[in-house]
Amino acid sequence: MTRRFPFTWAVWFLLAVHLLVLLAGFIAPYGFATQQRLYPYAPPVRIHFVDCQGKFHLRPFVYALKPVENSLGEYAPDCSRPARIQFFTVGDSYTFFGAFHSRLHLFGVDATAGLFLLGTDGFGRDQFSRLLYGGQVSLFAGFVAAALSVVAGLFLGAIAGMYGGRVDDLAMRFAEIFITVPWFYLLIAVRAFLPLQISPVTAFLLVVAVIGLVGWGRPARLARGVILSARERNFVLAARGFGASNAYLLRRHLMPLTFRVLLTQMTVLIPQFILAEVILSFLGLGIGEPFPSWGNMLAHAQQYHVLVSYWWMLLPGLAPVPVFLAYHSLAETLQERVKSNL
Amino acid sequence: MVPLVRFILWCALAAVSAAAPAQATAQEELLRTASEPGKRGGKLVIAQRSEPRTFNPMTAVDQNSLGVIARMMADLVHINRVTQRAEPALAKSWTISKDGTEITVKLRRGLRFSDGAPFDADDVIFSFKVYLDERVHAPQRDLLSVSGKPMTVRKLDAYSVLFTFPAPYAPADRVFDDIAILPRHLLEKDYQEGKINQAWSLNTAPDKIAGLGAFRLKQMIPGDRIVLERNPYYWKVDARGQRLPYLDELTFVVAPSQDAQVIRFQAGDSQLISGLSAGNFTVLEPQQRARHFKLYDAGPGLEYNFLMFNLNDDMEGRFPEIARKQKWFRDVRFRQAVSAAIDRAGIARLAYHSRAVALATHVSPGDKLWFNAAIPAPMRSLTRARELLKGAGFSWGSDGALMDSNGLAVQFTILVSSSNAQRAQIATLVQDDLKQIGIVAHVVPMEGRSVNDRVLDSHDYEAVVMGLVRGDLDPASDMNLLTSSGQTHLWHLREKTPATPWEAELDQLLQKQMVTPNYRQRKRIYDRIQEILAQELPLVYLISPNILVGAQEDLGNFRPAIVEQYTFWNADELFWHTPRGKH
Repeated sequence: MTRRFPFTWAVWFLLAVHLLVLLAGFIAPYGFATQQRLYPYAPPVRIHFVDCQGKFHLRPFVYALKPVENSLGEYAPDCSRPARIQFFTVGDSYTFFGAFHSRLHLFGVDATAGLFLLGTDGFGRDQFSRLLYGGQVSLFAGFVAAALSVVAGLFLGAIAGMYGGRVDDLAMRFAEIFITVPWFYLLIAVRAFLPLQISPVTAFLLVVAVIGLVGWGRPARLARGVILSARERNFVLAARGFGASNAYLLRRHLMPLTFRVLLTQMTVLIPQFILAEVILSFLGLGIGEPFPSWGNMLAHAQQYHVLVSYWWMLLPGLAPVPVFLAYHSLAETLQERVKSNL
Repeated sequence: MVPLVRFILWCALAAVSAAAPAQATAQEELLRTASEPGKRGGKLVIAQRSEPRTFNPMTAVDQNSLGVIARMMADLVHINRVTQRAEPALAKSWTISKDGTEITVKLRRGLRFSDGAPFDADDVIFSFKVYLDERVHAPQRDLLSVSGKPMTVRKLDAYSVLFTFPAPYAPADRVFDDIAILPRHLLEKDYQEGKINQAWSLNTAPDKIAGLGAFRLKQMIPGDRIVLERNPYYWKVDARGQRLPYLDELTFVVAPSQDAQVIRFQAGDSQLISGLSAGNFTVLEPQQRARHFKLYDAGPGLEYNFLMFNLNDDMEGRFPEIARKQKWFRDVRFRQAVSAAIDRAGIARLAYHSRAVALATHVSPGDKLWFNAAIPAPMRSLTRARELLKGAGFSWGSDGALMDSNGLAVQFTILVSSSNAQRAQIATLVQDDLKQIGIVAHVVPMEGRSVNDRVLDSHDYEAVVMGLVRGDLDPASDMNLLTSSGQTHLWHLREKTPATPWEAELDQLLQKQMVTPNYRQRKRIYDRIQEILAQELPLVYLISPNILVGAQEDLGNFRPAIVEQYTFWNADELFWHTPRGKH
């Protein structure tokens, strides 16, 4: 019973996080590229219930920020300009799942003030909004890349395990080569070869595809191992005796056996590939400005003055940690179940 | 017993003083400086981005090498980095002929190189012979040539030399700045054997290197530090007659990034810092009192950042997509609209914490002698940008996207070097500004060298955000960039004839100012050049950052400049108010 708790929590947490970033447009009070140039490096806003005169208000509000003269990133609350936090407000336009356009946001304040829950970056862009949008990029990258490598691995591993002999040798040596390739340098090289005149999103998808396709070696070996041991089992031999073709055997009997192993593998690969995307973007090789990813947001904190002056610029570096922990807990539980079933 | 010891000590001290020329001797024609007299002693540590590549003035091109070499060498005429005017150095005086083609230089007598060998006109003749020799390929040769023809040098007597230019040359005396006078007795053999470029490498023994500068090489530890020691024969004295320099040692260490330099400076490991970013300046500012240093904002320097469109004419066939977009880029109204849409004040505030100025041309207000103050600083106006675009046949789609007359959406990529944080920030701000007038710009950060390759060699780019630093305050330094045939005519390289009437006018004016000796007339011509540039915008000039520097508060005569070697250009005059062992 005690072990089930983290698993359930992990599943719920991951579902919540993914839902949150999928609905980024609606939940984020601002667009990811909206610059409020009067408020660079604004600290996380304070939400008030009690105003400057000491009066209590039932509805929370924020004060507009007043930049301190001759300084950057220093602000004082302007007591004369309170702004109530409102729900279902109209603001920056966004696209929902690439199809629906909307301007409705879950919450926000008047344009006279800023609702910067996690502060702003050097362009005056809301960190909270960018963190949500950046999550779309980073989490999606991990998921798609892991799915790609698992599918490619399953395909090649199944063929190798099923046919054996030279096919097996060839596929597995090939997989070993891919496992030993230093993927990071390969990615840098591939990114350098991409032409300039493609949109950052296309460039990013190409990089994701490369991350995914380079990682197929391990899932392929796992799939091959499962199929190799299963193809000699009685029910498979029986099916073969009834005249089942290799393709039928793979589809009907063998591949379903690999699913649990590959699902576990996927939960291991996703955080690895999220990290790969974060590193690439951090180094300026992933998605480009103004599109956020946790990596390129964290890249701003490389500058010494940002690092020592504005702590909220480090939050994109902390964001992946709970996600990784949740995936890790998921992977562990799945692995135990697979072991107990074998 | 005690008086006897004291007597012996006095005698020893007198003997030491006599051996080293601490005070000026009668036959030496020394230069008396006007700066505050200081105290002898102490050491100064300076952190540089990388260690010098060479000590050879004929091959050095990088600032790290030039900075060290300039401390060991001296020039005939020197430009005062603060007043920006030419001042006597090894040349006691000079006269320029009426037609502006001849300069007669009188040298100081009785001077010695740092190894004690005497200096005279033969060293000057030798130095210029080496620099002007085509086989040496010295970078100085271009500077010493007018319209591709080199100057000639003739010895008049042991202490006077005649320089003749092939044509009148307006900034004649300024060309001698930083042209190091070489010791003939050490380098003539190498020169005759054709090995002068290999001389004075980092492996050369310190006693084989000598110059007329304030310091001489003491020790070189590769990858760690270079130690220069005081040159006892230096030819400057202060108002009290005390021989300069004051410092006993000058040490150069390596701190590969600006952040590393800041950390070293904070810790007191280095006592000078230059080229501070505004962000780091803001971090250091509150620590000044506690850590005993002082920061200075020397005002706008000679760096100018700009947005440049590809106007090269070799695109057809090679890059059809870029060739198609060049129809927009070549229209001055398009460039003016882009310029009007850019929020330079925003760039100054966000990327430079307001320590920068908006630019209308490449000349920043820091260049006091040549800046054209009549040209207004560009202001952002989206209305004007839209009017200009409308006038040039552009229109806007229902989604606000800008379309050209053929109905094609206006989109282009902006390259930027990823290693310069401020410049990358400028590109992102420009991208957002252009979005306001319906232009979609994709910012592509890439390694600095790749950007240069694309701009200078392959021409495979649409637009680029770059920064350049003018070589000198004098307009002569702009010739290579602005003349249509110039080697670094960036926006349209290898132009055979001026592509536009205004470029033809620019060529004409640039040539004219080079042969106009009168400052006022020359300034009028240069003002017109700036007007043309502000109007035609071959480069969309953006911003010039201020020069931000710092030094330990105890350092005397510290006068930061807006040109290279911002903090230690006058290392010969720097001194510690309280010379301490730790320095």
